[in-house]
Amino acid sequence: MAKIINKKDIGTLLERLNDYEIYGPLEQDGVMSYGKLDIEPLLEFRNSRKPPKDYFFPQTEKLFDLKREGPRFTGAEEAELPDDKFLLFGTRPCDARAMSALDKLFTWDYVDPYFVKRRENGTIISFCCVPPTMPGPNCFCTSVGGSPCSEEGSDMLWSDIGDSFFVEAVTEKGEAILSAGGDVFKDASSDDQNVADLTKKQAKEAISREIELTGLPEALEATFTNEYWEEMADRCLGCGICTLLCPTCHCFDMNDVVKDGKGWRERTWDSCQYPYYTIHASGHNPRPVKQHRQRNRLYHKFLYMDRNLDVVGCVGCGRCITQCPVNIDIIEVASDIKEVAKECGDGAACNAEEAA
Amino acid sequence: MTDNVYVPVTATVEKVTLEAGGARPIRTFRFRIDDEKEWPKFHHKPGQFAIISHFGTGESVFAITSYPNSEGIIEVSVMRVGNVTAKLHELEVGDKVGIRGPYGNDFPVDDWKGKNMIFIGAGIGISPVRSVYQWVLNEENRKDFGDVTLIYGARTPSDLAYKEEIKELEARDDLDLWLCIDWKFGPNGPTGESAEDGWPAINMQSPGETEVPDGQNRFTCFVPQLVEVVKPDPKDAIVVTCGPPIAIKYITEALDRLGWQPEQIYTTLENRMKCGIGKCGRCNIGELYICKHGPVFTSAEICKMVPEF
Repeated sequence: MAKIINKKDIGTLLERLNDYEIYGPLEQDGVMSYGKLDIEPLLEFRNSRKPPKDYFFPQTEKLFDLKREGPRFTGAEEAELPDDKFLLFGTRPCDARAMSALDKLFTWDYVDPYFVKRRENGTIISFCCVPPTMPGPNCFCTSVGGSPCSEEGSDMLWSDIGDSFFVEAVTEKGEAILSAGGDVFKDASSDDQNVADLTKKQAKEAISREIELTGLPEALEATFTNEYWEEMADRCLGCGICTLLCPTCHCFDMNDVVKDGKGWRERTWDSCQYPYYTIHASGHNPRPVKQHRQRNRLYHKFLYMDRNLDVVGCVGCGRCITQCPVNIDIIEVASDIKEVAKECGDGAACNAEEAA
Repeated sequence: MTDNVYVPVTATVEKVTLEAGGARPIRTFRFRIDDEKEWPKFHHKPGQFAIISHFGTGESVFAITSYPNSEGIIEVSVMRVGNVTAKLHELEVGDKVGIRGPYGNDFPVDDWKGKNMIFIGAGIGISPVRSVYQWVLNEENRKDFGDVTLIYGARTPSDLAYKEEIKELEARDDLDLWLCIDWKFGPNGPTGESAEDGWPAINMQSPGETEVPDGQNRFTCFVPQLVEVVKPDPKDAIVVTCGPPIAIKYITEALDRLGWQPEQIYTTLENRMKCGIGKCGRCNIGELYICKHGPVFTSAEICKMVPEF
């Protein structure tokens, strides 16, 4: 049974959830972001500049401490996995969907214990992108399998219906929030339901951009060495922001850190847009120039993840479009490459000679 | 111990062998895993790789060269080229390292029984090839295979690794051994100079027409040309080769001219890796992750790959 919560009661709810660490939307230095909710959460906001992915896959994370004997490090200590139960309040449904895509990657044959543990510890309450917020100008979730109110990856969905939020529990973790909240949640009336249905529909219709996935993997396959990639990457600065702000990008580097006599191994987000990402010890680099690296980003999202994990590696949040300093637009690139593939017809004619 | 895939087990250095000196020294390390309960997990197959930690410096990926065993022994050959490999080269017997693995697929050695085996190694690429020829030459397995040929080349005589082993192999009568050095023709060598004693030049224009005096098994040339001198017969045979990407390319072309089918040629590819388990992203060639779908591929599989290596 659907519930509602009056906006005035959100403070009370968050107090009652005192066995969770609570993170949510707030404004920091003029930028919308996520942080520890010891102030009033924002309830009306377009999406954050940086996705809240780092609550599950931190930007930098210690994997384990190193054992020290005398002047040397001689082993690895038992890893301490994160055990704080936490609530991520007010994510956008696209960012929650991204976590469910990463679930597949981080359990692909080998289980990544850090990510999986954080997913177990974390509860996600997503806010549908309904009025008054509405989807942004570069949102295209509906064409990659999502929607402004998709429940995939979320434990609970909240949808603004005026003075209240219309509340639906998606998983057991979402039910647990309902129980913990107790009487702050009231039964939804059929009017509430109608408003929620209507605004969700409005939100969906407000998505103005679309990426056409049909035929895209085939077009990419046919154009790997097409000169188009050089052309499209010509203006790329190689800054990597498209990957660093992407909710589904998961590449990381691993390094040992030694400081004040202590040592540990940590992992840090990395990006396929950087030349050092792939360079061999010999100096040989399989992706030496930026068109190879931009190409890899597109192929990874729309071909490789599809083939290996049966999931589209893009949730349509639009951050890579909005934040790219030189206006590279993933939707345009996808549509261009389909056009290129259509013009050249088949693989042989589409591809330039390139030395292996 | 832990089931955490990122936490290496601790191992002790049991033996260090200097295989090659000079500017790019190679050392072979024999490690033994400290905790006996971990030994069965490290029963590796020819072609698989391990990730070795120098604690406090970091990890690097190496082909495992040891014979498959349940005694917790892992051997790797390390060329000193970067931070981790430089630190590994300082290791002495008794020092500790970390090991993760074994990872990746392996050479299908059981399918090759009854075949003639040709091994071709260029530079440090000999190291993964060695894991297979050691398997084939082991007394338990040698009877299962036909003729065995090993073709190996490095930049200079001092770059040739496994010198002691090469002497032993040369003395065997069940193995045909060929060696080459390319320094006369390499970027550091005075091109076209007359060959040094014992390493005669070959006919570089048409390597296949080189006259081979009886007993002469070492030349000055690149490995692909040496392949054309040796002319391995593709009938009922398998090639296992490894080397820098450019060497693999020309070795494959040479084999093609000699009538080999791409399905008969096996190689092992390397790319920069961090996790070794398909998560960190960087080792892919197209949709194939070297760490998971490889590192062992046939030439036929490589022909189908996108040109990204």
